[in-house]
Amino acid sequence: MNAKILAAVAAAAAVGLAGGVAQAGATFDAVKAKGFVQCGVNTGLPGFSAPDSTGAWTGIDVDICRATAAAVFGDATKVKYTPLTAQQRFTALQSGEIDVLSRNTTWTLTRDTALGLNFPPTIFYDGQGFLVAKSLGIKSVKELDGAAICVQTGTTTELNLADYFRTHGLKFTPVVIEKEDEVVRTFFSGRCDAFTSDTSQLAGVRSSVAPKPEDYVVLPEVISKEPLGPAVRHGDDQWFDVVKWTIYAMLEAEEKGITSKNVDEFLTSKDPTVQRLLGITPGMGKALGVDEKWAYNVIKEVGNYSEIYERNVGSGSPLKLERGLNALWTAGGLMYAPPIR
Amino acid sequence: MTTSAPSPIAPDSATVSRPLVNRLGPLAWMRRNLFSTWYNALLTVLIVWVLAQAIPALFHWLISNSLLAPATSQECRLVDGACWAFIQEKYRLILFGTFPYNQQWRPLFAVVLVIAMLLASCDRRMWNRRLGVIWGVGMTMVAILMWGGVLGLDYVENSLWGGLPLTLLLAVVGLAVAFPLSILLALGRRSRLPIIKSLSVTYIELIRGVPLISLLFMASVMLPLFLPVGMNPDKLLRAQIAFIMFAAAYLAEVIRGGLQAIPRGQYEAADALGLTYWQKTVKIILPQALTIVIPPIVNTFIAFFKDTSLVMIIGIFDLMNASKAALNDAEWRGFYRESYLFIAVIYFVFCFFMSKYSQSLERDLKRGHQH
Repeated sequence: MNAKILAAVAAAAAVGLAGGVAQAGATFDAVKAKGFVQCGVNTGLPGFSAPDSTGAWTGIDVDICRATAAAVFGDATKVKYTPLTAQQRFTALQSGEIDVLSRNTTWTLTRDTALGLNFPPTIFYDGQGFLVAKSLGIKSVKELDGAAICVQTGTTTELNLADYFRTHGLKFTPVVIEKEDEVVRTFFSGRCDAFTSDTSQLAGVRSSVAPKPEDYVVLPEVISKEPLGPAVRHGDDQWFDVVKWTIYAMLEAEEKGITSKNVDEFLTSKDPTVQRLLGITPGMGKALGVDEKWAYNVIKEVGNYSEIYERNVGSGSPLKLERGLNALWTAGGLMYAPPIR
Repeated sequence: MTTSAPSPIAPDSATVSRPLVNRLGPLAWMRRNLFSTWYNALLTVLIVWVLAQAIPALFHWLISNSLLAPATSQECRLVDGACWAFIQEKYRLILFGTFPYNQQWRPLFAVVLVIAMLLASCDRRMWNRRLGVIWGVGMTMVAILMWGGVLGLDYVENSLWGGLPLTLLLAVVGLAVAFPLSILLALGRRSRLPIIKSLSVTYIELIRGVPLISLLFMASVMLPLFLPVGMNPDKLLRAQIAFIMFAAAYLAEVIRGGLQAIPRGQYEAADALGLTYWQKTVKIILPQALTIVIPPIVNTFIAFFKDTSLVMIIGIFDLMNASKAALNDAEWRGFYRESYLFIAVIYFVFCFFMSKYSQSLERDLKRGHQH
């Protein structure tokens, strides 16, 4: 009897959820109808998403929202932001509260499947790295044999660290501390030779907490995979395509050297790839269901990938992150856009 | 304490022509109050030592070594004092959150208005119909200021509200709605009607049995999953309702304490006069019961004013969360002390005022009972 009731409840829930997903198939149409993109962002992560002194949202994740709006509406300001905590983010997307989640979310198999998400291309390849004082004169993690290393407890960071050093036959003394700000303070007080965490965090810490940022360097090795990017929910492939190709368009623009400043000069380009990208040769916009000028608008209003990277987390920002894995494939990185044709 | 009370060391009172206090010089006073026993002496020395250590350091950090506005974050990191330049850069974000920057005079006026209404409500001469009118008109004006959309003001949706006005509105609206609700719940819990009683008990125990944080999570994470897609009641409204539900349950228990403290004779006398239940409750029981429980009610008010900061966990930019957001500017990271000190002062001013006011109110209302 009880089992029957349970089954009935489960079935009802399943129907409810399926119904939800089916309705959500019209995300693209709904976005077009309401006239703005509802974008879920982080409540605060330096360089990725945070309100500036005037309360306006800035960051590389925020620029993805703006780029999507530029592609759909030709206007990067047609975005409404929903600041989300880590716990809220997937529910907000599943329930339809937001249209796209652009909140430094790691792409994993279970999120891609069981959570019902689709992941457009990664916009930031993060991973665990090491911060050391420049005065040590160290150029590689391999030289850290026997070092004391500050690490936050209870995180995968701690496990990755142990694994990496064991595989490479190196010894180290972990200095394990629970709170993030304490571990940072401990490192800068000089108790450890190195501090390990996600490289984006290391860079942020270096730029903000270090008394003199130029006295510290992030080592080139990255020992874990954290591909961060936006996510959309299952059930609307057209919307998924739009977000996906918006990002590819920014990568393609960087590859072709098209920036927000010189994009108008490229309108007379003889390069057929550029002509297709900027909508001079029509077809791409129609295929996506948006205006033929979609990529032009994205580049003009938000910029190419290099521009959004440099101004938010790169050399134009206080974080001063190197491109590293986030460089174009032509420069030895992982950023690669499929042909736009 | 050393004034008029006769003291064992005083000479025969007949020979004394002036009050004792004037004869106690500073040295004698210190001897009696600070060094009366060896452990008091030790404590005095210890406290003076701690103060001597702390005050110059604090002065150093707060004032003499601190940096003001033209200073950049880089310059701030090099000195060993407070970076007030950070507050000068970020105070508008902390106070008003993500409210459109050039419209921030609106939340400022709203805050002034709410504070003015609160101050007006403190005056007991105002406790009549007038106050209802003042709040009705005042809150309408606050709503117009915050939302806009009329009188030529731009519409600002409440997902953009933040900072102090949001904290104040959550607390004031929450407690204003929860208070009458809690009186009904407290009366319901003491009712002789079984259904009303069991409903009240169930509600109170259910809500009190879960932490506020989980109620907020339910409201913000679970609720949207049960509703059809696209029907998303406002996030702030959901938080406000969770808040009201929680405050009502707690206040109800406080008020029940007051109801139970009223002697049986009062109920019986009211019954003997032939008063109806509502006449008895409104005119005899509640005025007495509420007077008794002023301290715990204010205690609950203060606790809830500060509990509004829990909305942080569902991504609403109240005062607390806005101050954290200010710290997430890549340029200005790491100035935690300045940021938290700034909002601590704001929270303290409000809470201290509530506490002081409740003390004076208690004195005023007790006067009638001291025959």
